[in-house]
Amino acid sequence: MGLVIAALIVWGVGWGLNVAVANSRRSDTLAGKIAVPVVFGITVIVMWELMVRGLEVSPVILPAPTAIAATFAAETETLWGDFRQTVMKGALSGFVIGCAAAFAASLLVDRVPFLQRGLLPIGNFVAALPIVGIAPILVGWFGFDWQSKAAVVVVMVFFPMLVNTVSGLADTGPMQRDLMKTYSASYWQTLWKLRLPAAMPFIFNGLKISTTLALIGAIVAEYFGSPTRGMGFRISTEVGRLGIDMVWAEITVAAIAGSVFYGLVAAIERGLTFWHPSQRT
Amino acid sequence: MRNVFPILTVVAAIVLLWYAGAVWMNSAWTLDRADGPLSFGEVVRDTMSQDRPRLPAPHQIGAELYDTVIDKAVTSKRSLVFHGWVTLRSTLTGFALGTIMGILMAVAVVYSRTASMTLMPWAIISQTIPIVAIAPMIIVLLASIGVEGRAVPKAIISAYLCYFPVLVGMVKGLRSPDAMQLDLMRTYNASASQAFWKLRLPSSVPYLFTSLKVGIAAALVGTIVGELPTGAIRGLGARILIGDQFGNPIMIWSALIAAAVLAGVLVSLVAVMQGVAMKRMGFAR
Repeated sequence: MGLVIAALIVWGVGWGLNVAVANSRRSDTLAGKIAVPVVFGITVIVMWELMVRGLEVSPVILPAPTAIAATFAAETETLWGDFRQTVMKGALSGFVIGCAAAFAASLLVDRVPFLQRGLLPIGNFVAALPIVGIAPILVGWFGFDWQSKAAVVVVMVFFPMLVNTVSGLADTGPMQRDLMKTYSASYWQTLWKLRLPAAMPFIFNGLKISTTLALIGAIVAEYFGSPTRGMGFRISTEVGRLGIDMVWAEITVAAIAGSVFYGLVAAIERGLTFWHPSQRT
Repeated sequence: MRNVFPILTVVAAIVLLWYAGAVWMNSAWTLDRADGPLSFGEVVRDTMSQDRPRLPAPHQIGAELYDTVIDKAVTSKRSLVFHGWVTLRSTLTGFALGTIMGILMAVAVVYSRTASMTLMPWAIISQTIPIVAIAPMIIVLLASIGVEGRAVPKAIISAYLCYFPVLVGMVKGLRSPDAMQLDLMRTYNASASQAFWKLRLPSSVPYLFTSLKVGIAAALVGTIVGELPTGAIRGLGARILIGDQFGNPIMIWSALIAAAVLAGVLVSLVAVMQGVAMKRMGFAR
């Protein structure tokens, strides 16, 4: 019981600290902005540990963070292998192929107004569909290895990326395009110097949505068959064997991979679209 | 309306490509079984009517859809309406849960500086974690604390996917009244709750509906993802899973089409509600 009370005290201290930081004069500094969510995260993890020990929760149901960390440290090699199979081979290659294909397609769509009117509503519709369901079909077509995972990712990221890029390319005013015309700029010059930069915020929005979709696609596809490695494969087999600490270790890897992937794209966005109002602070 | 012709053209092109793809992908199996050389016409005819084609032709899926939607009684376990209903129920539960969570979190974020600094970064991180990795865990966790059945875990997964767009949209919406309008409320001597109910909440409605459209699509994706890896036996996701296990592509495709139709209907329903609400609130001109 003591540990449960300790957990509640930790919660109170953590929250009090956050209130103090958030309302202090330093809350607008970078340090303050990082400190508050970090304190919250640490508070939750410490509470989790204390609750699991205090209430004597079985490790088969919910292992303590320290147990997960121990498994993580002991199984780094397996985790690294799974990470390479799922993220580097499956998700990343699919992400690159899918986004590049969507970008090329959107240039084509942009040049042909007929396609724009016909394909865009369909693209919008398809972007809202539960496309992950196509995973078993593509696993059947491309086999168990990473190629089928990449194919699922390609299909999943294509339409969000297409829709975003096309609306980005349309985001220049008639005044700006007229100016390019008075400079007697060619189509490609206008595209490269005016419309692509203007489309960047939209393109990055599509890329950011796609990072999450890529990981989801690669992991779900592994539930339908994979070689004996990969994050989705490991999660589904370890749940069956009640190796829950291993499952949480994989979830940790997935969370880190997802956040780093997203963070990288966001960092590139900051570098390339520094002029956009949403990036000025 | 001027978009109808281009859309129909694109749809027709997709169907044509689909048929061409069906001939191309299924012909290997046709040629494997053939005793002698076949004419092109014979190959095409065979690829259109295989029992287990690599890519079923659209009319085969249509026939299967007609069979499982119209011909079967709605209560039958082989009726797609039955499975669609199971999926729809979880989707709507998750959608309601996620929307309420998203709105409450948005109110907290707008009114409390601490909550805004704490919650927003974690909300973004929560979306970069692939939910499917957690789906099997949620089911184990809930089963161990005595929640039976698959409806609740599925609803939680779809709420997890659905709350984020609602949260982001509502934060934007609740912050959309400008300083002038907030000042006017102050000159009326309005209390904080009056300012919330009469100014902030009404002006957030357009943002809310826009995110609800994203949210309900996400909720459906969540439910189907929740049905895929967890060995569910009911629901559209389960039909896809079972079709995969029995090697029946026509079944997978018909479940996929049914899911697509469901998504379309749900999003359009929200859009209609949006239209009506906007008109009655005086946003539409």
